[in-house]
Amino acid sequence: MLRIYLQRFVRIRSGLVGAVLLVALGVVGLAAPVFEPRDPDAQALAERLRPPSASAWMGTDELGRDVLSRMLRGARISLSVGFVAVGISVVIGTGVGVVSGFLGGWVDAVLMRLVDIMLCFPTFFLILMVLSLLEPGIFKIMAVIGLTSWPGLARVVRAECLKLRELEFVTSARALGVTRRAIMARHVFPNVLSYVMVAATLGVGGAILTEAGLSFLGLGVQPPTASWGNILTSGKDYIHVAWWLMAFPGLAILATVLAFNLVGEALRDAIDPRQAN
Amino acid sequence: MGRYLLRRLLTLIILLLGITLVTFAVMQLAPGGPIDLATDMSAKISPEMKDRLNKLYGFDQPWYIQYGNWLARSVQFDFGESFKDGRPVIDKILERVPNTLLLNVCTMALIFLFAIPIGAVSALRQNSLIDRGLGIFVFVGFSMPTFWFALILMLLFGIFLGWLPVSGLRSLDYGELSATGRLLDVAQHLILPVLTAAFTGLAFMSRYTRVALLEVIRQDYVRAAAAKGLSPSRVFWRHAFRNTLIPMVTLLGLMLPDLIGGAFIFETIFAYPGLGRLGMEAMMSRDYPVVMGLGTIVAFLTLLGNLLADLGLAIVDPRVRIVSS
Repeated sequence: MLRIYLQRFVRIRSGLVGAVLLVALGVVGLAAPVFEPRDPDAQALAERLRPPSASAWMGTDELGRDVLSRMLRGARISLSVGFVAVGISVVIGTGVGVVSGFLGGWVDAVLMRLVDIMLCFPTFFLILMVLSLLEPGIFKIMAVIGLTSWPGLARVVRAECLKLRELEFVTSARALGVTRRAIMARHVFPNVLSYVMVAATLGVGGAILTEAGLSFLGLGVQPPTASWGNILTSGKDYIHVAWWLMAFPGLAILATVLAFNLVGEALRDAIDPRQAN
Repeated sequence: MGRYLLRRLLTLIILLLGITLVTFAVMQLAPGGPIDLATDMSAKISPEMKDRLNKLYGFDQPWYIQYGNWLARSVQFDFGESFKDGRPVIDKILERVPNTLLLNVCTMALIFLFAIPIGAVSALRQNSLIDRGLGIFVFVGFSMPTFWFALILMLLFGIFLGWLPVSGLRSLDYGELSATGRLLDVAQHLILPVLTAAFTGLAFMSRYTRVALLEVIRQDYVRAAAAKGLSPSRVFWRHAFRNTLIPMVTLLGLMLPDLIGGAFIFETIFAYPGLGRLGMEAMMSRDYPVVMGLGTIVAFLTLLGNLLADLGLAIVDPRVRIVSS
């Protein structure tokens, strides 16, 4: 099954472009210290706000730090925020969705009302509200984004489970006396995994955008730790004199999120060609 | 229909309770009490004074009593007074509502005005060059960081070209302008925030229109309409397009929280006097009553929007009523 998905995926060109980009980014993020031409935190006030040149490809920032090195380090931070946050939201969302859809009854009713309540709050507002109360910190940001962004996924997974529950292979498993927990884990869960993968891929892009937005409002990853969001944010104060401070992180965020979206859409089409348009 | 309405209203009440509970719970996360945060900066506050303030606001009570009291007041839209200037929270919120409404109505209008033709063109010319081009635009729209887009717009139209104002809702000389002058002035100030707000929604909506239309034009009744000799434009407008409109009502409800969530960013950038900026300022200065009031009102509005959308759907589409009752 996985091989069929993979074959179909490779044929979708936009998805492939996205995947190549993501692999490159992953390598850059993991091996950032190797590529960094200079220490990303080393200040050189005499060299401040220099435009891109042969020695500093992306110029220097307001403290004379090398923007390229900070961008590379930032890739690591921004990507890990994206992945950890989505990891949290996927675990909760899938768990709630499978339990709710498979068990039904009052468990389902309670969980779905909880989802409804969460969906009434604009997610970004909820995140802001919580983060503005806490001391800022990178793990809190990951946790808060993850803990607030699962309800949508839970709904999708639940709907899928409701469909699966009525299919023959589940009925036969039940007839054979398989326990409910084993049916959920062995028969239902693997079948919703494809949806979860699509949602997770799209979610990482979303989480990176959210972190950037939070940084912009001063609630994201705190300087001096570099994240694409906070490089961009400090760049906005020098918008007249140093275009490169704003241009590179903005482009990096755009390209990364775009890549995640392309891969996510291609995955969806590969998994379910009937939906492909 | 009556039973459907009753069921929906009952759920609404449960959800409202849940919303207030979540807002209240989030506020309990704050380290120290609200009084500490409101008074820490002031050297003149003695411990006795703090106790008195705590009593005054009821913070010495257990949480469920506090929640009960707060709930009893907030169902009457009394969210207390702002810590910052002592004005009633509800007044501060209500005075910003028209501005936010103005911005969102313009944004929605812009989204629909462009999303429907874009989606229709891509669906009717599926896989053509123009469809692919629009597809790229849509993906970029999904992936663009809102505030980056806003900054680029400001830089381009506000600074390099100098055509448009980059902040606020009115110019300094607003008072001296004629009626038309005032209207033009506000319109000028609206252009950039509306463009920013509409961009992501536009991508989302045009994508949706395309997918929905592609599904509908393959239906038998569309083929039948074409087969009996109706003109292509009649087939499209009367038979295909109308059927994509129904779910759009629901989408409108779903987009509302996103628009309000985005408002925190772009209202801050453009210094636009709306709910988003009020919320941002309140959060930054830890003005609890305003944050709690705003959270409740925003969630309540979303709920109301969704309910109206669902009711609209139930009226137009009988299948909805039957399935859910």
